Amino acid sequence: MKVSIRVNGAEVVADVEDRLLLAHFVREVAGLTATNIGCDTTSCGACTVLLDGESVKSCTVLAAQADGREITTIEGLAGPDGQWHPVQRAFHAEHGLQCGFCTPGMVMATVSLLAENPDPTEEQVRVGLEGNLCRCTGYHNIVRAVLAAAREGQGGAAPAARAQPERQAS
Amino acid sequence: MIPASFEYQRAGSADEALVLAAEAGEDAKFLAGGHSLLPLMKLRFAVPEMLIDIGRLQELSYIRDEGDVIAVGALTRHHDLEHSGLLARELPLLACAAGCVGDPQVRHLGTIGGSLAHGDPASDLPAVVLALDAMLVIRGPSGSREVGAGEFFAGLFETALQPGELLTEIRIPKPAAPGWSFQKFTKRAIDWAIVGVALQGQQVALVNMASTPMRAAGVEQALAAGASAEQAAAHAAEGTNPVSDINASAAYREHLARVLVGRALAEARDRG
Repeated sequence: MKVSIRVNGAEVVADVEDRLLLAHFVREVAGLTATNIGCDTTSCGACTVLLDGESVKSCTVLAAQADGREITTIEGLAGPDGQWHPVQRAFHAEHGLQCGFCTPGMVMATVSLLAENPDPTEEQVRVGLEGNLCRCTGYHNIVRAVLAAAREGQGGAAPAARAQPERQAS
Repeated sequence: MIPASFEYQRAGSADEALVLAAEAGEDAKFLAGGHSLLPLMKLRFAVPEMLIDIGRLQELSYIRDEGDVIAVGALTRHHDLEHSGLLARELPLLACAAGCVGDPQVRHLGTIGGSLAHGDPASDLPAVVLALDAMLVIRGPSGSREVGAGEFFAGLFETALQPGELLTEIRIPKPAAPGWSFQKFTKRAIDWAIVGVALQGQQVALVNMASTPMRAAGVEQALAAGASAEQAAAHAAEGTNPVSDINASAAYREHLARVLVGRALAEARDRG
């Protein structure tokens, strides 16, 4: 089927198999490979992206379900001048990563969490990130990073969709 | 993992969904949030030939106060149940349990109707609607019918839904007794319950203690006869038939049922 999905502000139009998963659409059709596929069973959260601003696990969504909607991946967080999103800055400053595999999903889950709850307690951060696993068990610095981003007071909103030319992908 | 090939159709209305289902026959499945169905399809435990996407039908996403009854549209997401002010006031058991389903990402897409229609005895919301004596509204080619939660869950992953029928609404009477509790015992935060308990007043339902969610009849009878919470909880495993699996033996599940019902009764008493 033909799908048209706005990915990080740019329309991606493609003719895809009905069974194509959003994670594969993002990586292979849109060519954005920062979104990792970890467990592929809706458990680890590595593939988390925003669907109309809310976190979802893209391994458990069909591209067809996202047709006509808006996706944000971690590549879409930085500003037009390349300046990092506050959540990215906080993960960097607090060293909220070890091997880095879970990081794109952790960051996207954090953006969604802070959009819903801009001033979470540490407990709320830990519960709010329950859908994301870090196999390095580097949770303490991740929680610190989320709290630091919240203190900056602007962790929540995904950047406004930027005007970019439509591009075709096959 | 990639699902087997299927044809995808998106319904623009509940009426259209029913027409598409009637045309497609038994090999079609409705797709709501997809968070029960798609994992099964990726494992090829489910191989439908057609998916009818009903996920965007706003007409089936609502929580309404209808006086004695709260009406919940079948496509209301767990996230919306969790954060509903109306449910927090009138049905806090449902709001709390919805907030325990999966994780935030799952709750952003998963729906109450999808969870109930899936018929997994390890899921949280089937036991909740059973404890709350909900009526389930089902639409089919020949009209609507209502089925009580006690009759809806027919077996492991089996419900009263016939091919071509769509669960559209869950009607929950406002509870007479205010005390409630939801207990979910897991090893990891996002797991299914090894055992769970949904309790409203003296109505008690168990998660994952048989091939369907079930009322803890022994506990309810003991409470009705004036037993203490401790005495009543001792009856929690009566009539159950839990599985033994990698997470727990049947005997351990029976023990958990007694412990968790005891905790639920104590918490409900404090809230009542």
